[in-house]
Amino acid sequence: MSDSLLLLAMLVVPAVGAAAVAALPGDREATAKQATLGVSLLVLVLAVLATLAFDPDGERFQLTSSVSWIPGFGVDFALGVDGIALVMLLLVGVLVPVVVLASWRDTSPGRRSMRTFFAWLLLLEACMVGVFAATDVFLFYVFFEAMLVPVYFIVGSFGGPRRQYAAVKFFLYSLVGGLVMLAAVIGLYVVSEAAGEGTFSFTALNDLQIDPTAQRLLFLGFFVAFAIKAPLVPLHTWLPDTGAEAPIGGAVLLVGVLDKVGTFGFLRYCLPLFPDASREFAPLVLVLAVAGVLYAALLAMGQSDMKRLVSYTSIAHFGFIALGVFAFTTEAATGAVLYMVNHGIATGLLFLVVGMLIARGGSRLVGDYGGVAAHAPKLAGVFLIAGLASLALPGTNSFVSEFLVLIGSFPTRPVFTVLATVGIVLAALYVLLLYQRTMHGPPRGVLFAAADAGTPDAGTPGAGPADGGHPAGGATAATATATGTATGTATGTATLTRAAGAATRVRDLSRREVAVVAPLVALVLVLGVYPQPLIRLIEPAVAATMSDVGAGTSDSSEGTD
Amino acid sequence: MSIEAPDLSLAALTPLLFVFGAACTGVLVEAFGPRESRHPVQVTVALVGTLGGLVSTLLLAGTAEVTAGGALAVDGAAVFLQATIAGLAALSVLMFAERNLDPARSAFVVSAAVPAGSPRDRELLTVQRVQTEVYPLTLFAVGGMMLFVAANDLLVMFIALEVLSLPLYLISGLARRRRLLSQEAAVKYFLLGAFASAFFLYGLALVYGATGSVRLADVRSAVGGGDGEVLLVLGLALLVVGLLFKASVAPFHTWTPDVYQGAPTPVTAFMAACTKVAAFGAILRLLYVAFGPEEWTWRPLVYGVAIVSMVVGAVLGLTQTDLKRMLAYSSVAHAGFLLTGVLGYPGTGDPAGSGLPATMFYLLAYGLTTLGAFAVLTLVRSGDGEATHLSQWAGLAQRSPLTAAVMSLFLLALAGIPLTSGFTGKFAVFRAAIENGAWPLALVALLASAVAAFFYLRVIVLMYFSEPAADGPTVGVPGLPTTIVLAVTAAATLVLGVVPGSVLGLADQAAIFVG
Repeated sequence: MSDSLLLLAMLVVPAVGAAAVAALPGDREATAKQATLGVSLLVLVLAVLATLAFDPDGERFQLTSSVSWIPGFGVDFALGVDGIALVMLLLVGVLVPVVVLASWRDTSPGRRSMRTFFAWLLLLEACMVGVFAATDVFLFYVFFEAMLVPVYFIVGSFGGPRRQYAAVKFFLYSLVGGLVMLAAVIGLYVVSEAAGEGTFSFTALNDLQIDPTAQRLLFLGFFVAFAIKAPLVPLHTWLPDTGAEAPIGGAVLLVGVLDKVGTFGFLRYCLPLFPDASREFAPLVLVLAVAGVLYAALLAMGQSDMKRLVSYTSIAHFGFIALGVFAFTTEAATGAVLYMVNHGIATGLLFLVVGMLIARGGSRLVGDYGGVAAHAPKLAGVFLIAGLASLALPGTNSFVSEFLVLIGSFPTRPVFTVLATVGIVLAALYVLLLYQRTMHGPPRGVLFAAADAGTPDAGTPGAGPADGGHPAGGATAATATATGTATGTATGTATLTRAAGAATRVRDLSRREVAVVAPLVALVLVLGVYPQPLIRLIEPAVAATMSDVGAGTSDSSEGTD
Repeated sequence: MSIEAPDLSLAALTPLLFVFGAACTGVLVEAFGPRESRHPVQVTVALVGTLGGLVSTLLLAGTAEVTAGGALAVDGAAVFLQATIAGLAALSVLMFAERNLDPARSAFVVSAAVPAGSPRDRELLTVQRVQTEVYPLTLFAVGGMMLFVAANDLLVMFIALEVLSLPLYLISGLARRRRLLSQEAAVKYFLLGAFASAFFLYGLALVYGATGSVRLADVRSAVGGGDGEVLLVLGLALLVVGLLFKASVAPFHTWTPDVYQGAPTPVTAFMAACTKVAAFGAILRLLYVAFGPEEWTWRPLVYGVAIVSMVVGAVLGLTQTDLKRMLAYSSVAHAGFLLTGVLGYPGTGDPAGSGLPATMFYLLAYGLTTLGAFAVLTLVRSGDGEATHLSQWAGLAQRSPLTAAVMSLFLLALAGIPLTSGFTGKFAVFRAAIENGAWPLALVALLASAVAAFFYLRVIVLMYFSEPAADGPTVGVPGLPTTIVLAVTAAATLVLGVVPGSVLGLADQAAIFVG
């Protein structure tokens, strides 16, 4: 296969897969899952092939292909990647199979078939690939908006109790942002038309000199859309709702990849196309970014709902990423892109573990759990790794990126950097408090209520001895169960609903769950020690972006605050 | 004194002759045809008329001439819009011909003259006889619309307006079920429509007074002269009001929700799709051809009306609980979006890529989508006819996944989500507006789209995310005609969204006004 077709294949394979899965008869759920997993693994393979074919020192955009799409609008179906887009594609490639596997035993509220869930998932993957691989602004916009539809149905059909509210809120927020951006996209075309030939091609637009007033307006148009997507405070209020109500698989992709489209958009579109406006608005963006870091961290500490809590931690992390992007140094921006990848892995992992805990207890509240670690050590261990990666402990992947962002930003933006550093302390607080409350202390909460009541669950092996009248006895039973589950005999327990009611017991991770978290845990540790391959991919693209915006590594005198 | 026969280019008139000929044939069939075979014959005549009109307009592509003594302009825009009208009308006729959905085998009343609710009326309600007068009436309306978009003369425009309106008033009142609502709709439409016609006629008189001619080209040259400014501006305003009424642009939209709700759904579909095309065709011709030099007189008027229409349509649409009324307000909002395209007047510049082709494309895309949406409405039925109350649609996706999926496609297209025809259309008109410096209007339009998206989404939420009600509606199995309509409109909605290039190209080529 020619290299230039790799990206097209990454786009077409999941789209066709989605159609095929959707066309399966309703009772073939097992086939649907296997097909989805197969397709998503194929996309991962294609992403790896694309990475191998990519030369970091070569042209800015590689693996390019372009055909005229709508000549009347001057739109091309143009694909291509720079290093930044490539690492995002890798992230998509890794996360989707993990999510498929994590959703393997999910059941939907109501009587809907999970088949449609997997079809939407694949369609979403196609849109995500498109949004990162598009080098035509119109095409980017099309994928940017089309992406809403699968997420809307994933959240609305398969989410938690308030899923309708969350889905509509998500859709409307994103749509408003997207429509404002549409005005800017059209504006960009009109500007290019005035300067010669109307075009949507990123490369052609990048060479364009746009007058300052138009730059400001267009920058704001794009910025609003991306700031809603990313999301930056104060446009963030949809994320906790959507993150909390989305099914775990959807939440992982939402926070892990979809929101990155916002920060990716800053780097790819706002900075290179509107350099003057970017510099002009940078202080404002930095205020929002740092406010996000601190405000969201404080809110995260106050959350009682674990999924909301993780959503708020993401908002704080997006603050860091925005700081890195708008500090205008190559180190900081490289760190920001690396952060985008690492955050996808670390927060994805945290969401997955939290989802596994929720699947066991049927409650999202922190207060409903306690002392889990003693009975489910593997679960607790992964929880700890995810948490530590989230607070950027040295040795985990996030540390490298957070460190790069902070040392990169300090020379140009010392005040903002110092303020953001406070966010690290807060991150340690919210993560460790969450871990301590749910995993340590005396066993309590929904997971142990069943054992306390001595309710035997005849349907599952290992539940027999659960007849202790006091917590210790229940705990013994739970440990026994955990061992039983680890052999993979228990089935049907990882559901989103509280199907098993109060009779759920503490089981440690099943084989499938281990397979779900293992790749991400491995990435957390490997990228924590050896991030060089990714940085190698990212840096040239970031350097090109920074030279567009006129703030290279050497030019650190620019706009000291 | 001798009267010279006006020059008539019969070739250029073929589409009109086809449709009016079929309409007259329909009347004869109605009068002399045996009752048993009347329905199939009428449907055939109507389809031959509309499809013949469509084919003959397509053959006329590239024509640009003024004919019939200067009264008709058969140019690119006229041909494009005539083809659109004929095509949409053919689909509407198919919807009229559907016999599988209503238990009494037709959406139209057996005898419109019998008082609603009388014993005779109740008796007739279940009779499977069908009345076929609706077909020739529709053909007359279609002919009027096709004449309307080609009128090169204000008087011809007025006559066309009446020819298209009178049959519409009648067929709005022909619903088989909820007859009082239907009759009320017909009366309301007639009264307000007559009022609007009067406005148009008065405007015509004032313009004639100011310029001494009703021919669009003569008006144009007189407009440049600067005489009789007050009369001219007043006349222009009144003419535009008359047309805006037909196009259901707020604040002249008050009839729209009532008529859309009361009329038989296939007729509503026909009105929503075809009348819109015809009215905007006339607005474009009037403003661009006759009042092009007066651009700065009508621009603020259209600008303001567009904003009012978008905001009224989007905001009032939010409060609706009846799907037909909701689609009516959606039509008001879309009229505002269309006016955004009208503002992309290229002046003397190159019309390609400007407001004219953009508006024409939008009309085609919107017509097909809205026709499809109304066709879906005819499928979902409860005991007494169509189930148009929002709450009845809860959980429809579980009852009939395909119906819900097709409806969602149309709703997403109306909301303007990419990869549907609605997005391409919106993009085209907004681009035209922004190129003409009307970016604040485009911003308002985009925000109105976001508001409107909420009520489209609400239907999707209901269909997919709600549990079905216990005594919910049934989803009828459509016969061949409605199936064709749904297939064509759904396919067109997708194709015009994914690969709109060739149709946009056609619209660009057709963006020519002569006269």
